[in-house]
Amino acid sequence: MPTFFERRQIVTPGDLLAEGTYITGENTYKENKKIYASRIGLVEYEDKKINVVALRAFYIPKVEDTVIGKIVEVGFNGWMVDIHSPYLALLRASDVLSRPFKPQKNDLSEVLDAGDLVIAKIIAYDRAHSPQLTVGEPGLGKITRGQVMKITPTKIPRVIGRKGSMISMIKQETGCHIILGHNGIILITGKRLEDEQLAMMAIHKIDEESHTTGLTDRISQMITKEKAKQKEEK
Amino acid sequence: MSKKPEKLIDKKGLRLDGRKPDELRQTKIEIGILSNAEGSAYIQQGKNKILAGVYGPRELHPKHLALPDRTVLRCRYHMAPFSVEERKSPAPSRREIELSKVIRESLETSIFLEYYPRTAIEVFIEVLQADGGTRCASITAASLALADAGIPMRDLVVACAAGKVDDTIVLDLMDTEDKMGTADVPVALMPNLNVITLLQMDGILTLEEFEKAVNLAVEGCRKIYAIQKEALKNKYVGVKEVDE
Repeated sequence: MPTFFERRQIVTPGDLLAEGTYITGENTYKENKKIYASRIGLVEYEDKKINVVALRAFYIPKVEDTVIGKIVEVGFNGWMVDIHSPYLALLRASDVLSRPFKPQKNDLSEVLDAGDLVIAKIIAYDRAHSPQLTVGEPGLGKITRGQVMKITPTKIPRVIGRKGSMISMIKQETGCHIILGHNGIILITGKRLEDEQLAMMAIHKIDEESHTTGLTDRISQMITKEKAKQKEEK
Repeated sequence: MSKKPEKLIDKKGLRLDGRKPDELRQTKIEIGILSNAEGSAYIQQGKNKILAGVYGPRELHPKHLALPDRTVLRCRYHMAPFSVEERKSPAPSRREIELSKVIRESLETSIFLEYYPRTAIEVFIEVLQADGGTRCASITAASLALADAGIPMRDLVVACAAGKVDDTIVLDLMDTEDKMGTADVPVALMPNLNVITLLQMDGILTLEEFEKAVNLAVEGCRKIYAIQKEALKNKYVGVKEVDE
């Protein structure tokens, strides 16, 4: 039962990863007892399971995920939300408005209009139906201020870091409040625009260098340096 | 067109551009060069210059074309008006529509279409300069663009043509050889699975010649595959072992 790649080695779609009684993990598939990669990424072994950590991927909705999306359409009973995935998500009016509403009387665009950004949670999704969202929990709802940025969704765990080391460091250093959407969209709210920009810069760097070692330290250094530069400018 | 050459292969057995019969043209591939497309690739094969861009999976419009059990793959092969010697009308010609279909079918088998029902993946191929064998170079580039877009695939697809010119079986025909030669056999291959996804023939070959041409084309595919893979990995140079 040989494996053909070392841990953390880069593979391309179609690369033969292993033969024999291994189990397919993420971004791999099995044919004739052979396991192949289906995306470009880095190999990871987990006992008998073989994963490929994708370097390029898009967001596929999952129940319980927090996402940040943009309203693209106001309908009679709710809104269509672009959550940066292959499918548009549905946000029902009854979920947003606590009072009963009548489509004939109430104008939904007064509550949320096309172009508005919302933080929401996915409550239902399967192959046959579009994902459904809710904003009925604390911390969810319309975004009124802050900066929004996009990164590759597979890199969200890297932004969080081991046991949240990376994200808590950025929060502490910049004094910003950061919400990570599982779909790769990030909301940053801080007291000053400079703080927000600094946090964005740090996250951009993580997105670009996600596959390198000692990143937390380098990001921390970068933030300290940028802070000193900002002080000088004043 | 320039003057018609009398002989396509000289006394030494070399071709018009000095290649040996089983030699490929200079091939250069780059990945991710369009920032607005989700995946992209650019290929230069001899004088061929081709761009491929990929969007999706995303909602399909018009919606009634969407399939409930899988993704719809759409493909558009288009030649720029300045891609050939005499201006080509930018409207899609009969030939371009056919090639779009042929390319789509050769890529379809490599993608896990059933993963994302009710969506569409769109592939746009733009030929900037043509010099024979554009369908093969297009497939090679489009497959890379799909991989760059993060679409799950069984294998990369790589294509190459072989043919018969002046009674010799040659690899990777260029425009003049294609037009003056006797036959042209484009082949697309999934190199790891050893599956042929496209096989066409234009011209006349005996059974033995045909077999020889296919084998030569497959060999050529494998050579291009090495370049293709290199290009894909090159985008992530510095991706090395990380202990986290």
